[in-house]
Amino acid sequence: MSRALPDDDVRISPLRQRLGRLTGYWLALPGGLWLAIFFVIPMVYLLSLSLMTGDFINGFSQTFHVSTYWHTISLYHDQFVRSIIYAIIVTLLTIVLAYPMAYWIAMRGGRHKSTYLLIILLPFFVSFVIRTLQWQFILADNGFVLGTLKHLHLVGSDFHLLATPVAVICGLTYNYLPFMVLPLYVSIERLDPRLMEAANDLYASKLQALLRIVLPLTVPGIFAGVLMTFVPVASDFVNAQLLGGAKTTMIGNVIYTLYLTNNDYPAASALSFTLMGALLIGIFAYARALGTKDVMEAAAL
Amino acid sequence: MTSQMHAQPHDAAPGEGPAAIELRGVEKTFFSKSETFQAVKRLDLEIGEGEFLSLLGPSGCGKTTTLRMIAGFEEPTAGEILLHGRNQVGVPPYKRDVNTVFQSYALFPHMTVAQNVAFGLERKRIGKAEVHSRVEEMLQLVGLADRGERRPQQLSGGQQQRVALARALVNRPSALLLDEPLAALDLKLRQAMQVELKRIQRDVGITFVFVTHDQGEALTMSDRIVVMNNGLIEQVGSPQELYERPKTRFVAGFLGTSNIMEGTVTSYADGVAVIDAGDDGRVLVPADDSAVGDQITVSVRPEKIVLTHGERPSGDRECSVQGTVSEMVYLGTSNTYEIRLNGGETLTVLEQNGSTAEATARRGEKVWLSWRPQHSLLLTGAPADGTGAADDAG
Repeated sequence: MSRALPDDDVRISPLRQRLGRLTGYWLALPGGLWLAIFFVIPMVYLLSLSLMTGDFINGFSQTFHVSTYWHTISLYHDQFVRSIIYAIIVTLLTIVLAYPMAYWIAMRGGRHKSTYLLIILLPFFVSFVIRTLQWQFILADNGFVLGTLKHLHLVGSDFHLLATPVAVICGLTYNYLPFMVLPLYVSIERLDPRLMEAANDLYASKLQALLRIVLPLTVPGIFAGVLMTFVPVASDFVNAQLLGGAKTTMIGNVIYTLYLTNNDYPAASALSFTLMGALLIGIFAYARALGTKDVMEAAAL
Repeated sequence: MTSQMHAQPHDAAPGEGPAAIELRGVEKTFFSKSETFQAVKRLDLEIGEGEFLSLLGPSGCGKTTTLRMIAGFEEPTAGEILLHGRNQVGVPPYKRDVNTVFQSYALFPHMTVAQNVAFGLERKRIGKAEVHSRVEEMLQLVGLADRGERRPQQLSGGQQQRVALARALVNRPSALLLDEPLAALDLKLRQAMQVELKRIQRDVGITFVFVTHDQGEALTMSDRIVVMNNGLIEQVGSPQELYERPKTRFVAGFLGTSNIMEGTVTSYADGVAVIDAGDDGRVLVPADDSAVGDQITVSVRPEKIVLTHGERPSGDRECSVQGTVSEMVYLGTSNTYEIRLNGGETLTVLEQNGSTAEATARRGEKVWLSWRPQHSLLLTGAPADGTGAADDAG
């Protein structure tokens, strides 16, 4: 709507034309300001904080000390690697669990699609902490799962799940499953069902059609789902804190403790930036490997 | 050539082995929570080897359901579907030797044109070299030899249509099923593709089953047409046969324009029923069986009627009715007239523009309409569009 057509009788003044051309920017302004104030400024501040030295009592001063980074990485190397490994496992688990769910809802949900989606989203109506605490209850040493199993002598009396990686991964998988289901559902739902019929018609069995047609065309959905689970899972601290123990501490817990308990702001900021950098590099490498641009173009049509 | 000049669905050429496709007592009912819908009520049909057969009818007549049952996407509720004599009911689509061209083409967007065409052959585990040469050959046949590396969405609608055709034909199926493949194309392209499709079908010699709601398309391309309505076959026959000798009101109304009149038989002799309306006119209809007092429906095509002034015509145009010109439309190569009969019905007359471009009649003029008795068609059944009955009642 920037310019009147030559044969258009309605004349638009040059000023209106120029303002009109700016419409898009005007519309983006509130969101842009919001981001600038509440995202960019804290990020810049955090970055500068990570390069400071000092302590909480005597105050921090800007010294551009990069050594904080190396120092924290070597100190919390284990938790760092653990977080990435947990995030990879959880992401893979959510894909395996979410894909059939999303596929079923999109293809067979019929007119109940939104009901099923609502059921999946229902846990979100309960506080994140409470949800995770419920898992503490479920997995407790004498909770109804382990209690029953122990009573039936299916597991030893000293068997426990809480404070193990299994508990943390279970909790994380449960909490982040909807973030995988939704993008997968969206990308499967908009597939033309005729494509599957065409594949079947061309001698591909249901499984072959799934592998050769559905899966490649829903790669953008998988990509979006991975972004929405991997990144928050890698920096999660609630699950490790409530369900884990000393051996399952994740980098999120470390940052939390450094910042709020030890008040070592530069170390916490440096770790946050390291994590962010690692995640960005990982995501870009992943996008490259998947050739997402190509696939996204295809799926958009 | 197995094109048959009989209207019965049961007479595939005898002694030539099993038909390419045979439907025996096929029915299809869709069940949902609150209702059942009988899409195909009963279908018996034989489709000959190498035949170009069209399933023609309005939307909801069961033609697409029939095609989808042959392809295997739907299973019939009752009856048998035979491909070269072998029952296919219960056989999944990927094990049936038929291929489908979808209305929306359903090309795989993440593959190139050549990969799309090769898809079926690769599933059949045919050697790489042969797949390659057959894909090349097929792209050549549909005129897309230089487009193999493109993505489907980079091609025009007509080109995508050819890719869909190539992707199906490259497998050399025993029959090709086409579900309104030309519906998405504009008129010019559609007409060009009609000719193209017919050429390709002649070249490859594969049986084509073509679903369409476009009577012109069906008439242009088909060896035989099956006219369907409400899940039943109305009539089967060659295009000419269906046009010249429609048997039901539905067929007469659906294929081309028909003038439909109703009347009471005043005399019947030697296989000719007569409706005599005295000074207003007289219509003769060949009828196998009729009796005085029967209420009958008669149709005559607009181009069979001759329009004259003055005296009541005589000679071999024994059917004649009198009326007043209520409308005249100039169409370039022809004129059409709407004539209001004294009995109240309105007939359409098509008159070719001959040596004189001047119209024969003007609005408000009294004219005679006449035609040969063999062009009077006796029809049965309900009208094509539900509204006709009341209007035509004379």
